[in-house]
Amino acid sequence: MNKALELRDIHKVFNKGTVNEKVALNGLSLELEPGDFVTIIGGNGAGKSTMLNAVAGVWPVDSGQIIVNGEDITMLPEHKRATYLGRVFQDPMTGTAATMDIEENMALAYRRGRKRTLKRGLTNEERDLFREKLATLDLGLEDRMTTKVGLLSGGQRQAVTLLMASLKKPELLLLDEHTAALDPKTAAKVLEISDQIINEYHLTAMMVTHNMKDAIVHGNRLIMMNEGRIIYDVRGEEKKNLHVKDLLAKFEEISGSEFANDRMMLS
Amino acid sequence: MVQYFSSLDPITLLKSFPGSIAQGMVWCVLALGVYITFRILDFADLTVDGSIAFGGAVCVMLIRAGISPIVATIVSFFAGMVAGIITGLLTTLLGIPGILASILTQISLYSINLHIMGQSNMPVSVDKYPLLVSLRYVTDSTQSAVLFFVGMIIFIFLLIGVLYNFFGTEVGASIRATGCNPNMARAQGINTNYIKVLTLGIANGLVGLSGALCGQFSGAADVNMGRGAIVIGLAAVIIGEVIFGKFASKRKAAFAWTMGAVVCGSIIYYMVYQFVLWLKFPSDDMKILTAAVVAAFLAIPYLKEKSSVKKGAAKHE
Ligand SMILES: Nc1ncnc2c1ncn2[C@@H]1O[C@H](COP(=O)(O)OP(=O)(O)OP(=O)(O)O)[C@@H](O)[C@H]1O
Ligand SMILES: [Mg+2]
Repeated sequence: MNKALELRDIHKVFNKGTVNEKVALNGLSLELEPGDFVTIIGGNGAGKSTMLNAVAGVWPVDSGQIIVNGEDITMLPEHKRATYLGRVFQDPMTGTAATMDIEENMALAYRRGRKRTLKRGLTNEERDLFREKLATLDLGLEDRMTTKVGLLSGGQRQAVTLLMASLKKPELLLLDEHTAALDPKTAAKVLEISDQIINEYHLTAMMVTHNMKDAIVHGNRLIMMNEGRIIYDVRGEEKKNLHVKDLLAKFEEISGSEFANDRMMLS
Repeated sequence: MVQYFSSLDPITLLKSFPGSIAQGMVWCVLALGVYITFRILDFADLTVDGSIAFGGAVCVMLIRAGISPIVATIVSFFAGMVAGIITGLLTTLLGIPGILASILTQISLYSINLHIMGQSNMPVSVDKYPLLVSLRYVTDSTQSAVLFFVGMIIFIFLLIGVLYNFFGTEVGASIRATGCNPNMARAQGINTNYIKVLTLGIANGLVGLSGALCGQFSGAADVNMGRGAIVIGLAAVIIGEVIFGKFASKRKAAFAWTMGAVVCGSIIYYMVYQFVLWLKFPSDDMKILTAAVVAAFLAIPYLKEKSSVKKGAAKHE
């Protein structure tokens, strides 16, 4: 059986040859089994977002290979990789088109990975489907399908973006601190929806979080990044039994420095 | 003062309105093109100034060569489209910033238009050729004027219908998404570069078509006919939005109404233009007046937001 994702010795340097040169990924390798839900933690600038952006193809990597379900996508442009990926971003504004209706946004997502033609951009059968799916969020959005997404709250937008990411089952769901901009209560709700969607559709998912507790509680696997590579990787029972203080100790032991992330929540 | 007012003849003004309305209808096709790039794609496209003259030049030369005006007008649409596509390729394939790319195309078109016509101005007489539109149809007789206006109204309705349906398709939705949030569009698998090129092509096709109508309407194509065209297009868009925007956005099929608002904006622009000229405002200064109006209305939403942020901040203190 193919791995859901293989990253082989990825290197990425930003602003090469300038004073701002920054080695963001430094020989990063990772394999995900189908159905893995991995949480990712690490200090500021550890390369977490860069790893997800490398997979999504925001820019090409300097070297290394990116393989999704047996297919080498290293050379594909961002819009072609979208076929394989569902993405939710930290900023709730990023994942949706604000000036378009909820149903129009969903219709765009429903066509991910398909050639867009001069057929209707949204059909009545699709509306019914979207209404059903929105109802599962339990936010009352199924009655507001023609509301402009720009009028929704951050949490509602993230929930819609999550739903959009799963509408066409992706090989891989990428969540980059997608609850960081939300208040604690909304964040908890969006996390719950994430869990629900990942379980229901049996998705393989990567979730960057700054909350160590969330990183331990959610998913079946946890990785810690530092200086552009993975320094710690646990799964299963061992992960479940982790405590925040274990993670901090682990970090200091391996990296030789104190864990620093200005957004990190230790509790 | 008294002398000035007594020299103004309201009848002259009234008599000139059918002509201004007709001109507004001819230019509204350009305004719709500008609406598509500026508002939907969020791209300030200065190709327009060149592609309208390009459309005019191509159309007039073809008609003079004995091609039927309707065919010449359709060819002008495709000519404008090519101009837009070139701007699109300059910015997507070669990475030239959008505005600059469009200026490069615009400037090149100036030379190309001179080559096409062999001189800077080329007349096409309504007496010699069966033109689709002409100011003469408006002024000649009531019958020809009615025919002209009915024809233009049907054409504009058809155009809005086609555009409305197009923006409801999968491709149309991709254009709107690309203009609104290109990152999101790419994450949904939309090739935003392709969409940009396509949209610039379609919008400038409309501009070329507008140029073909303009050339026939005024009886000549001129290399300078496009100077400031983008500003006139923007003025039409903004006037339409300011006057009818709220009304349009509350309707079903809001986008069709919005396009209707832009058409009205274009007509109103030319009526106001005529009115200001009638007040004996020097015609050389019309461009700075138009620019000032556009600048003011583009600034209003920004200033409003700024002042509301300030008020909001004051409340929190
Ligand atoms: N597009 C870019 N251009 C230049 N430098 C970048 C770019 N993206 C990231 N970097 C740099 O690469 C390094 C890794 O950044 P990255 O965003 O992956 O960190 P992160 O682990 O997500 O951190 P955080 O917890 O702050 O989000 C940082 O030093 C960052 O400044
Ligand atoms: Mg990050």
